[in-house]
Formats: sequence, structure tokens, C-alpha cells
Amino acid sequence: MSTETEPATVAAEEVTPHREPVLRTVVRNPTVVTFAVLVVIILGFTVAEPSLFFQGDNFLQIAQNVAILTVVSVGTTFVIITAGVDLSIPAGIVLGEVFSVKALAMVGGLDADADATNAGYILAALAGGVLAGLVIGGINGLVVAYLRVPPLLATLGTLGAGLGMALVLQKGVNTATYALDPVGHGHLVPGVPNLIWIGLIAVVAGFVLLHMAVFGRHTYAIGSNPESARRAGINVERHLLKVYLIGGLTSGIAGFLSVSYFSTTSIGGHSTDNLQAITAVALGGTSLFGGIGSIIGTLIGVWIPAILNNGLVITGVQPYWQQVAVGFVLIAAVWFDQLRRRSRDRF
Amino acid sequence: MTTVDGNGAATVPVLSAHRVVKTFGQVRALRGASFEAYPGEVTALVGDNGAGKSTLIKILAGALPPDEGEVRVDGELVRFANPHDAKDRGIETVYQDLALAPDLDAPANVFLGREIRRFRYLHNHAEMRRRTAAAFRELGVGLVQDMRAPVAAFSGGQKQSVAIARAAMWASKVIIMDEPTAALGVIQTEKVLDLIKRVRDRGIAVVFISHNLPEVLQVADRIEVLRLGSRVARFRRGESDVDRLIAAISGAYTNEEEVTAA
Repeated sequence: MSTETEPATVAAEEVTPHREPVLRTVVRNPTVVTFAVLVVIILGFTVAEPSLFFQGDNFLQIAQNVAILTVVSVGTTFVIITAGVDLSIPAGIVLGEVFSVKALAMVGGLDADADATNAGYILAALAGGVLAGLVIGGINGLVVAYLRVPPLLATLGTLGAGLGMALVLQKGVNTATYALDPVGHGHLVPGVPNLIWIGLIAVVAGFVLLHMAVFGRHTYAIGSNPESARRAGINVERHLLKVYLIGGLTSGIAGFLSVSYFSTTSIGGHSTDNLQAITAVALGGTSLFGGIGSIIGTLIGVWIPAILNNGLVITGVQPYWQQVAVGFVLIAAVWFDQLRRRSRDRF
Repeated sequence: MTTVDGNGAATVPVLSAHRVVKTFGQVRALRGASFEAYPGEVTALVGDNGAGKSTLIKILAGALPPDEGEVRVDGELVRFANPHDAKDRGIETVYQDLALAPDLDAPANVFLGREIRRFRYLHNHAEMRRRTAAAFRELGVGLVQDMRAPVAAFSGGQKQSVAIARAAMWASKVIIMDEPTAALGVIQTEKVLDLIKRVRDRGIAVVFISHNLPEVLQVADRIEVLRLGSRVARFRRGESDVDRLIAAISGAYTNEEEVTAA
């Protein structure tokens, strides 16, 4: 279990004379600070519009809206903790959409209605999305880890190439399908949309892999000091490849989910999904310099812009203020990260 | 290879190099250098800049292959392909630039790459923390209370202690240190030197490079002097002083019968 998520409870285990005060430890924890910001925003809107904003249905709606972004952001968290970045997310998503409908067409399920579809069609489409994600993530990983191209430019390259490839494969035209509607609009559990469960699964899987698995430990180590990881016997290149594969995989799955939700590909869309994901991860306290971050922080970081947007609409303020606010909150979050590092590091 | 130690008993060096040659392009870094380290002894390797100390240590640690000559562990000829081969033989190295991951805590650093696992894929951090705390306590590293802080928050001496303690926890035979006290203040240096002695007292051979000759005389059981890529002098504790060491380092003194011709 990581110290990031629960410093207060574990601190009591080993009683020591000159520890930092618990309060200071808590405030220094970026996840706690971000969570406090989220709570303040929710309280503010609740006071302003209690009858409309603070409703179970409203939160369910928001959760469904952010589910796809949540999946992508979990993958992006891993990438950013290695001090990398993945700008190719829109390409992964759009290619995921395209591969999903191509796979559907191959198994003859493209024109199936929502009631006539079956698990085979859905699994085929999912496999298509996964394949697209692994291809683009694999290219990212090989180029970043083995050719040592800086991730910003490597993934900028695959962003353009992937979006172009999607247009080529689709000949510039979107494909509609209702075969995946049970995923995007179904309720396996009454009252809770499937997308919410999928987002939750991504969060739990990401949490286990990052905070509880040796894989996550090595991810932090590589982001913190790749040379130390290498000397400790970790195959840094192979690990980075895996991390970018995870980033690509979550994008590809997001593409599959996007087709399921919107019932069509959107080859011209998703252009700011990479920035949204990176914003969420950074808001959640994950350091763009690597070595620090958490999945729970990312989850909170996904919710802050979503809550702002939703609350502004409900309170009748122009929702475009959300973009303005998130922009400044992002700058503040990264600034805090740097302050925290400077006050912590000793030489 | 076998020499007679101070008590008159024959001892096999736990780690030794014999007539090692290493060339980098036009530069002959090592010209037939020999070296021995014995269990339970601190062996200091001294010499001027460019004498070949770091190159020799890298060869002993498995980070560089020798062009010619032999490396032996317990008298057995070995060829290290990489530092992991050396680690498998119980030889750990503490590098000058520490090689810690600053954002990880001490247990995570100590067990990095050798994590205690459960369910195959998950790490058992609680157990790693317990074992690290126990080892630190045993070695007298006073960081047990900071088991959850990232090592970036530690002072230089504390970081060096973590790096040495990590090596001590895994080394069964030899710990090699490249200038372990170079960046430290007086008090921190004392603590690190104490730690080196405690590691030695556990029967480990400690090899260290230092430019600080009083420090070398204080802590080393044996001193080997390199000059221009070969060994020019060997001293046991008490056989040398700063002046004689300087003479050996600068080429004015030698007690090696067969200094390899340049």
C-alpha cells in the first residue's frame, strides 16, 4: 500500500519522537489537497443550487460522462509517472473506434440493432479497440524507450500519424452502429449505467497495478531515477514499453467505449482528449517530472473539471468559464508540485 | 595468489585482480594492475586522478570487462558480463552518485529490483519495511523513524547511509564503494566510516576509494596504491603514514617487487 493515499493512519504504527506533525504531512499530500478542492467546489454549488446540483441522479450523470476520460486518465497516470507524456491519446481513441467498427463489420455485426446484437459482436469490437491501442502504444513505447526520442515529440508524431491513418481507413467518413449500445447505454445493474462500472474497473485495476504491484513500484523508480532502476536490475526499456502499451491500451478501449456511447465513430473528434487526460492527472497531484502520483488523485482530477462544468450549467453561469477555471487550477497544481519538491529535496 | 596475513595464517583473497589491462582508445587506464581484498578487512584503494582506481573498481564490480588479466572470487576465476553477475557472487557496489530513487522511501530503495512479493505480482511493502528497519537498527543507521519519507528528504550523509546499508544487506562477500564520503561533512563522514567498520565486522570485505588520506589511515586495514595503471605499494594498518602514502601516490616510493613496465 502506498504512503500517498493514507499517511495519517499508517503514521501511528511506528511511534517516533520527531516526526512531522500529522497535519503538515496531510497538507503536503497532493491527493488530499486536490480532494479538498473538489469538496469545496461541490459545497459551493450545493449551497448555490441544492435542489438541482446535489442529487444522486446528477452525480450518476456526471460519473457516466467522465467514465471514458477516467479510463484514459488511468493509463496516462502510468505514463506521466515515468516522467513521460502521451499526446497520442486522441489517435488511440479514434483508431480504437475505427478498429472497433471494422471488427464489427468483419463479424457481420455492424448493422445489428441494439436488441439484435450479441456478446460475440461486442467482444469483437472490444478486441478491435484493444488492438488499435496496443499498436499505437507499442509504437510509442518502442520509439520512446529504444530509439530514445523524447516522449513529447514521439507521441506528437504518432498523434498525427494515427489520426491520419483513421481518416485513410475510413476514407474520411464516419461509421454509425447501434450494435454496441448495450455497453454504452445499458444498465447491467439497474440504475447504474455500465460505463460507470467500466470506469470503476479501470480505477481499481490501475490502483492495484500502480500501488500494490511490483510493476507500479518499478514505474515510480524509473520516473524517479532511471539510472537507479537500471542498476537495480530493472529492464528500464522493456518497462517503459509496457507503460506506453498501457497508455495505448486505455486509449483503444476508450475508443471502443466512445463508439458504444455515441453509436458512431468520431474521426474528427477527441482532439483535446489528451489535454483533458493530462490535466486530470496533473490536477490529481501526479508530478510531470515523474516519480510521484496516484490513481485516486487522477480520479479526483477527472472529477474537478466535470463538476465545475456541471455546476456552472446548473447555476446558469456560462459553462465556458469551466475552461478558464481549469486552466488556472492546472497551473496552480503544477506550481504547488514544484514548491513541494523544492521544500522537500535536500542536497 | 595466497598471501600470509598478519597472524601468519594463509588467506585466500575473497576478491582479487591479477595483472589487469584496460585500454580506452589511446588511453591505457590499467597496465597490469593487481589488487586483493580479504574478508573482514577494509581495503582502501588510493592513487592520483587518472591512476585507474575507478576503472579497476568497475572491473571488480562487473561494470567493465578487462582486456587482459584475471578477476578471481575466493580464488576462483570469474568473468563478469555485467554487475548482476557480480551481485550474484555477493559483490555489491555503492556508486559515487548513489543510485537511489529519490521519490521512493528507504525500504523501496533497499529492495528495488528484489522486492519481496506476495501473490507473485504484488509487493509486500510491510515486510520490506520491517526487514529494512531491522537491518538499519543492526547497522546502527539511525533512520528507522523515517521509513516512510522519500529519500529525497534525507541529508547527504543519510542518503549515503541508505546506499551503504542497502549494499550491506545484500552483499555476502564484498562491498565496493567509490568515494563514499566525498560529498559529506565531518560528522556525517564519521557516521559513514563507523558504518563501514560495522559492515567489516560482519566479515564482509569492504573496498573503498578515497582521496582523504587521514580518513584512509583511520579506517583501512590495508591500503593499496595505484599509480599510472598499476599497483606500486601495499601497506597494512600501521605501516604507513600520510607522507609515505603521498610518496607512493606520486611515484617517489614503491614496495612492489614487480611493477609492470609502462
